[in-house]
Amino acid sequence: MIEINNLHKSYRMGSNSLHVLKGIDFNVKEGELVAIMGPSGSGKSTLLNILGMLDEADKGDYVLDNVPIKNLNETKAAQYRNKFLGFVFQSFNLINYKTAIENVALPLYYQRKGRKERTEKALNYLGKVGLAEWATHLPSELSGGQKQRVAIARALAADPKVLLADEPTGALDSKTSHEVMDIIQGINDEGKTILVVTHEEDIANMCKRIVRLKDGVIVEDVQVEQVRASQYV
Amino acid sequence: MRFIFDKDTWQEIYGSISKNKLRTVITVIGVLWGIFVYIALSGAAKGMDNGFEKEFKDIAQNSMFVWAQRTSIPHEGYKIGRSIQLKLGDAEALENLHPDIQFIAPRNVKGVFGDEPVNVVRELKTGSYKVFGDYPVIDKIAKKKIFDKGRFLNDSDVEKERKVCVIGERVRKELFEKDENPVGQFIKLSNIYFQIVGVYKLEGDGGFEQDDSIFIPFSTFRRTYNMADNVSWFAIAAYDDADIIALEDNIKSSLKRIHQVHPDDERAFGSFNLGEAFGKIMGFSNGLNFLSLIVGIATILAGVIAIGNILLISVKERTKELGVRRALGATPSEVRGQIILESVFLTIIAGIIGIICGAGVLAIINVMTANQDTFPYTNPTVPIPFVLGALGIMVVLGTLIGLIPAQRAVSIKPIDALREE
Repeated sequence: MIEINNLHKSYRMGSNSLHVLKGIDFNVKEGELVAIMGPSGSGKSTLLNILGMLDEADKGDYVLDNVPIKNLNETKAAQYRNKFLGFVFQSFNLINYKTAIENVALPLYYQRKGRKERTEKALNYLGKVGLAEWATHLPSELSGGQKQRVAIARALAADPKVLLADEPTGALDSKTSHEVMDIIQGINDEGKTILVVTHEEDIANMCKRIVRLKDGVIVEDVQVEQVRASQYV
Repeated sequence: MRFIFDKDTWQEIYGSISKNKLRTVITVIGVLWGIFVYIALSGAAKGMDNGFEKEFKDIAQNSMFVWAQRTSIPHEGYKIGRSIQLKLGDAEALENLHPDIQFIAPRNVKGVFGDEPVNVVRELKTGSYKVFGDYPVIDKIAKKKIFDKGRFLNDSDVEKERKVCVIGERVRKELFEKDENPVGQFIKLSNIYFQIVGVYKLEGDGGFEQDDSIFIPFSTFRRTYNMADNVSWFAIAAYDDADIIALEDNIKSSLKRIHQVHPDDERAFGSFNLGEAFGKIMGFSNGLNFLSLIVGIATILAGVIAIGNILLISVKERTKELGVRRALGATPSEVRGQIILESVFLTIIAGIIGIICGAGVLAIINVMTANQDTFPYTNPTVPIPFVLGALGIMVVLGTLIGLIPAQRAVSIKPIDALREE
């Protein structure tokens, strides 16, 4: 699903540049649930941004679902993001003046789906994360865990190939973290490829594979025995 | 193009506008005020314009009066301070000398320049009125609107020295009962009976006739008051394309020659140039129109800039939202289009409300100034092409000003937008 070869990325900080990714080789097959771990500054968020086409690599190849991702202009990148990727952010990033269902329907709007289809699908995904009866609430009326579940529903709405989650539990307490991870595991069980950036061991252990980054290189890449989040809920 | 006509686009814009109500209202007020000021100002100026036009409607705009005074320079053996008397023959002489003259009407009057008004008797009622001795051609220079069933003086009245007269509205009101038809009846002025042939309606008074005058044929006047060939003044109308100011000078020069007055004597003949006065007033109202256009456009511009400014701030506020939208697949052109359409939409809404408010104010002014004669003001309007033009300018400006925040919105990378807390 994802093939990365010799990926480099550096940021210019004034006169000197910061080499963040120093040759990453990394493959993800369909249906995997991968945790990307590492201390701050290890480059894990940068990697995720490049995977999410929010940022561009300086060097190296990136192939997503057999489509080479290279030299994209903003328009093309936007279309690929819409088609291939779903994002879940640490700070939820819901649009605060839109209701839960409107937020979920937004990617479908950019796919030019009809209004009826958008509402139908959005309600369906909201139901999947257990928030169907909160559909017409604004984000300000939802708890943190509920907001993140809305964000997950939104990421799923466009039926992406890969779900990218950047510290999805970073702003949540452990109980709601486990609820969110339970949902992520459920989605993965249905066959969706998911990448989760986290620095919490227990969250990482709920994935099937852990990739550890340090100073811009992969130091460890292991398959793990998945801990089901449902046992904590 | 598909983007503009897409119902969903507008729903999205409606959503973002209606859910930021305060911002929207403040934004709208700027442009609303601009177009309101423009419409109200230019409509008011147009009303004044129309008022002047109505006032002068019945008077040949290229016309003037000439009268004789006393000399101020001794000439050809005559001493200073000699009274000059215009003669009937001068009219013909002037007409021959100056082909620019379209009509020339010698006039005489009793009761205007300091002398006693004429006593008029009808049965038991009496009144004092001004009496003019006129040729029918005066009607071509200062149009008299005659009520139904009547007529103005005609050539044969003058030729046959008929004792007929045309009376003013006030004269009728004072000498006749309300439901009486004065036409055909007789009134006695200066002890001579005159038959009334018409009643004139006062409209836009340009002279000293007002509504209490009586017009009789020039020849009858001459005989009644023993005027010989004397003429009080000439009313002269020039052709529309003639230079009325030059003509005024030339006519006075000719009169000076005829009456043996020193060519440099500025006092011997007096004149009032309606054409010149009219030109000045028209120039004034044109200036007013121009001013209102400038003020209006400047105010609209200020309003549109306010929209741009507020959108710019709102784009900064919405950086994160726009970043999310782009992460979810909004292309830069969609983001840009949305911001510009928001700008244009707000501008148009504000413009339409402003036009309606402006039209409302003009309607109120119209009601308030209707049926009054003291102030030249009629029918304040703004021509539709001007309204559409203003709206068009606003749309163009709204688009241009929307480009700035739109460009800003897409120039931020989605990743930076998302990082911003």
